[in-house]
Amino acid sequence: MDLKTLTYLVVGASFALYIAIAIWAKASTTGEFYVAGKGVHPVANGMATAADWMSAASFISMAGLIAFLGYGGSVYLMGWTGGYVLLAMLLAPYLRKYGKFTVPEFIGDRYYSKAARLVAVVCLIFISFTYVAGQMRGVGIVFSRFLEVDIATGLVVGMAVVFVYAVLGGMKGITYTQVAQYVVLISAYTVPAVFIAFQLTGNPVPQIAMGSELTSGGYMLDRLNQVVTDLGFNEYTQGNKSTIDIFAITLALMVGTAGLPHVIVRFFTVPKVRDARSSTGWALIFIALLYTVAPAVGAMARYNLTATIQTGEVGSPDGNLAYAERPDWFKRWEPTGLLKFEDKNGDGRIQYYNDKNPAFAATAESYGWRGNELTVNGDIMVLANPEIAGLPNWVIALVAAGGIAAALSTAAGLLLVISAAISHDLLKSTLIPNMTEKSELMAGRIAAAVAIMIAGYLGYNPPAFVAQVVAFAFGLAAASLFPAILMGIFSKTITREGAIAGMITGLVFTMGYILYFKGVFITPFAADIPANWLFGISPEGIGSVGMLINFVVAYAVSKVTAAPPQEVQELIEQIRLPAGAGSAHSH
Amino acid sequence: MNDHKYNVDKSNSAAAYWQESLRLILGCLVVWFLVSYGAGILFADALNSIRIGGFQLGFWFAQQGSIYVFIVLIFYYAIRMNKIDRDHGVHED
Repeated sequence: MDLKTLTYLVVGASFALYIAIAIWAKASTTGEFYVAGKGVHPVANGMATAADWMSAASFISMAGLIAFLGYGGSVYLMGWTGGYVLLAMLLAPYLRKYGKFTVPEFIGDRYYSKAARLVAVVCLIFISFTYVAGQMRGVGIVFSRFLEVDIATGLVVGMAVVFVYAVLGGMKGITYTQVAQYVVLISAYTVPAVFIAFQLTGNPVPQIAMGSELTSGGYMLDRLNQVVTDLGFNEYTQGNKSTIDIFAITLALMVGTAGLPHVIVRFFTVPKVRDARSSTGWALIFIALLYTVAPAVGAMARYNLTATIQTGEVGSPDGNLAYAERPDWFKRWEPTGLLKFEDKNGDGRIQYYNDKNPAFAATAESYGWRGNELTVNGDIMVLANPEIAGLPNWVIALVAAGGIAAALSTAAGLLLVISAAISHDLLKSTLIPNMTEKSELMAGRIAAAVAIMIAGYLGYNPPAFVAQVVAFAFGLAAASLFPAILMGIFSKTITREGAIAGMITGLVFTMGYILYFKGVFITPFAADIPANWLFGISPEGIGSVGMLINFVVAYAVSKVTAAPPQEVQELIEQIRLPAGAGSAHSH
Repeated sequence: MNDHKYNVDKSNSAAAYWQESLRLILGCLVVWFLVSYGAGILFADALNSIRIGGFQLGFWFAQQGSIYVFIVLIFYYAIRMNKIDRDHGVHED
């Protein structure tokens, strides 16, 4: 069977499965629609959280980023896993005890203020739409590459599938679909990695293979360090970011992860407080399965790529691959634009080296090289992996289904928090308080449907800044929602005025800093280079400073405003105890 | 048990429970910080002189080790916290 038919079959079968699950798990109450009736088993919830969390970016882009950043890529690995420790210990159990439906609802109740709730809704909608646009774009790319349809068709199919299971099933449908999507995406990720690890080192476990000796001799990481430094790059295990920037970015990503509404709300779905604690652990186990394989995939892909191009000794006239002899996968990926060759010195061979390194310029000159000739988009590292390793067609079809599963599962989770924020936090609590449950459920479904349309539109016409605003979403979550929730649980003295002032200054500072260097909507005010950065912290990491500002402002303003009322003090007391206040001493 | 005494017991117990929870959380977060920001970032260069197989230790912590420790930490926290709940009689039925 040819690759295209096989891919259609595998992707089609996965879609049929998702929709069947959605019909089986249809939501009939608002409780089921928003939080799956709080009846999800902690292990299942962990798996669903993992699928919800691991987006098209984790699946398609992360290993490629690590391949080119080397040690610098560690910020994503630590940042996007370490946040779960914060979530498990500081937020999830207490928010589960609080026991309502949404994050803005908690902020509104704890800070006895509709204004605080509205500020939280605004943060939530901005963060979630940023994210969802990226997911729909991921769906489009996978469709157009593997199914050879145009991006618009791919998007419409993707939107239709999400529509059926998110709008019908609500949180309940999404949760069980995500369990299936997790299984698809993790197999699609690990199968090629296992094959490649075995080919390179003879050890099939990628996490171990990464630190093993190559079958051709020498430790892989040592050989990689050697060859990339010979080509003018920094050592793979050193990277090229400053320590303070690595620190700040890791912190912003960790705190941002813990503050993302679509992740937090997952822990509203389990039956008990203690389930919320263990479920976070399960989620991290399932996430770690991908996150510990990704650095191995990155290192192996970088090694394979370099070995393919640099066939002989660096600098010798025939040490580089002749363009005419490039492998088949190279030819297949060239039309996508993800892989580009330009013969600058006209020798018919591919030179791939770091032409931005002034210290290496003279050496390159002496080799007769006239600039780097190969442009590689990082996404190719995962997407073309099975082809580079010469794996059978079913593996390639599986990777396509996995990429789509990763994008759809995240998109669905995001759409749900957007729809809950609109129907529950805006309509029900503010505009139409006497809405019946039935019409609130309908409003939630309509909001989800509208959100899907907008997401699809953004996926088709991505604003130029989609890639840039990923850092934005984490920074904003870190600087706004996380501190407000944390202080809401761990301090009884933070007041309404303090929380609102904290959220707004954290938000404005972080947004301002990013706009200043990245120029979303406007031209940047200054070049985005380390010399211009505050304390040497890049816009990606500035959310960690925004978070500190939020804490300081909230604390200072709370000192000079009236203390929170008695019933709020009691609410905090209650949230801190797993058992209901009444049942605490019943045995 | 009269109402007044009951309330005093309850609030003492709640305060003790909260103190013990905070100690556990703080302890876990110290480890969390040490493996990621410590071993993986601030002391990575120093640790890189130690090798395990083909891995430099600082690099290993940054790309593998910290993640494994995070998982162990969360389960350790969950188990200890459940015990603290029961000791103070605030666990769910």
